[in-house]
Amino acid sequence: MAKVIMKGNEAIAKAAILAGCRYFMGYPITPQNEVPEYFSRELPLVGGTFVQAESEVAAINMVYGAGAAGARAMTSSSSPGIALKQEGIGYCVKGEIPCVVVSMMRGGPGLGTIQPSQSDYLQATRGGSNGDYHIPVLAPGSVQEAVDFVKESFEIAECYRTPVMVLCDGLIGQMMEPVELDHEPTKREKVDLSTWALGHSPKGKTNTIINLDIDAPNCERENFRFFEEKYPAIEKNEVRWEEFMMEDAEYAFVSYGTTARIIKNAVKALRAEGMKIGLVRPQTLWPFPQKPFENKKIKKWIVGEMNMGQMVPDVQLACGKKEDVLFYGRTGGMIPTPEEYIDFAKKELGGAK
Amino acid sequence: MSTIVYQKPEGLTDVRMHYCPGCGHGIVHRLIAECISELGETENTIICAPVGCAVFIPKYFTYDSIQCAHGRAPATATGIKRVHPDKIVLTYQGDGDLASIGTAEIIHAAARGEKFTTIFINNGIYGMTGGQMAPTTLPGMRSTTSQEGRDPHINGNPIRVCEMLATLTGPAYIERVAVDSPAHVIQTKKAIKKALTMQQEGKGFTFVEVVSSCPTNWGLSATKAMEFVKEKMIPYYPLGVFKDMEKEGE
Repeated sequence: MAKVIMKGNEAIAKAAILAGCRYFMGYPITPQNEVPEYFSRELPLVGGTFVQAESEVAAINMVYGAGAAGARAMTSSSSPGIALKQEGIGYCVKGEIPCVVVSMMRGGPGLGTIQPSQSDYLQATRGGSNGDYHIPVLAPGSVQEAVDFVKESFEIAECYRTPVMVLCDGLIGQMMEPVELDHEPTKREKVDLSTWALGHSPKGKTNTIINLDIDAPNCERENFRFFEEKYPAIEKNEVRWEEFMMEDAEYAFVSYGTTARIIKNAVKALRAEGMKIGLVRPQTLWPFPQKPFENKKIKKWIVGEMNMGQMVPDVQLACGKKEDVLFYGRTGGMIPTPEEYIDFAKKELGGAK
Repeated sequence: MSTIVYQKPEGLTDVRMHYCPGCGHGIVHRLIAECISELGETENTIICAPVGCAVFIPKYFTYDSIQCAHGRAPATATGIKRVHPDKIVLTYQGDGDLASIGTAEIIHAAARGEKFTTIFINNGIYGMTGGQMAPTTLPGMRSTTSQEGRDPHINGNPIRVCEMLATLTGPAYIERVAVDSPAHVIQTKKAIKKALTMQQEGKGFTFVEVVSSCPTNWGLSATKAMEFVKEKMIPYYPLGVFKDMEKEGE
């Protein structure tokens, strides 16, 4: 299929429909409004259902129900709205409900601003809901990757019976780019609906989605199962990252999303001046890629994000040398330029070649 | 020859219920199972449990079931019913769940005319957490968070949910019943059967409020608790049909 020019938010919704998503529940919030708008227009045409929920809280709980009923269901929102969805995400985790949550980040905290940001890295990767848990978090760096990752997310969600978050900075949603829509996601094993989903139990059997384990040993046993089986499998199979100009690098940026794209320009410019620098771009933020940080040739890592350094501890843990990790970022809806990263690298790395 | 005249209805499991003596939940559970059985929907029902004493509903019914977040059962049921329009879908919720933390969810599910049934147990108190003031706690009624009795000037006034929902266009059927006497139990069964029948026919959102008891947290015996329902609760929460789409059509 030929490429089409689409706005990120609409491309995300289109990708979900192409992936078989037939249930979308959401609530208006900038900068993701084109997602629900697109679904409201297009889902009925393919026999799907769009519900404009009364709140983000209700939307995620509708997704909890639709996902529990065995359907491909999705919701999307932006930072303050994702904050509201945290309760429901936790229920989806505990109930092992496959679903996709798109988070189109804007500046915070509080009502913050409507401009792009990456300040919900910790909310996404450390869990804004209660309890011990992880969810896979995919961070696309372009509209194309957003399309591809949305499709992958449904596969991941159903394979491991987990909510999956697609974490985008607002730029991804608002930008128009040429995209290829017919990339097929990697097919993964799917748990048979008759073994767990509501309305799919065989005659004489019962499927229940349990969220309360009043029996503490059992609650702990279940938590252990997640950490001993589910999460290691996801860490093993689903971790993704890109390495850019890393072959002979002595220094490296670490960045994701649109910031990584900005930094690629900085890398090229610094390379032109002779600096051996590259970029590691995590595409999954949980599981966080560990392997690229085993690279012992790297003298300094520069983390670049549109926040105050939320990924820094992950990079420090991964590379094992806290003092080797530097950070430059903008926040509150401000977008850094390649020049800012060029200047930062030159200053911090002492004009290193 | 002996004939069975009374037995556990299909749809209920053999698990012994944890409810206190004199609590209405057991009665209403049984009535739901009887109605669903009589409608031939036992194998075709999905029930949404609340947070509260009825959170263990999955243990007591043979239906597919899900434990919902506090107050969110109407949202979760919306998702389920939209996926399975041919299944009977119920939410079963208490007064803290439905009339306090879940007020938005119940109002909007009703307003959208979601085609499931909500059974609302109103006993005027938070049972599972140990007797705190509920949105339906009567003026003057003691609770662990209104120890001198609910003072409307300090604690606000109770909410009458049926009356509030009846202002909406979306609901197809709204009735308030009680389980304090055999006659009222029979009427409760009729109301639940009617609501479920209308759901079967795809008529719209149906809602049955059951005025019930909580002897443990009211600090009353089982018998006294039923008297309290009759003498205090029902006068404040009058029984009757508040909306019936079928009658409106006549």
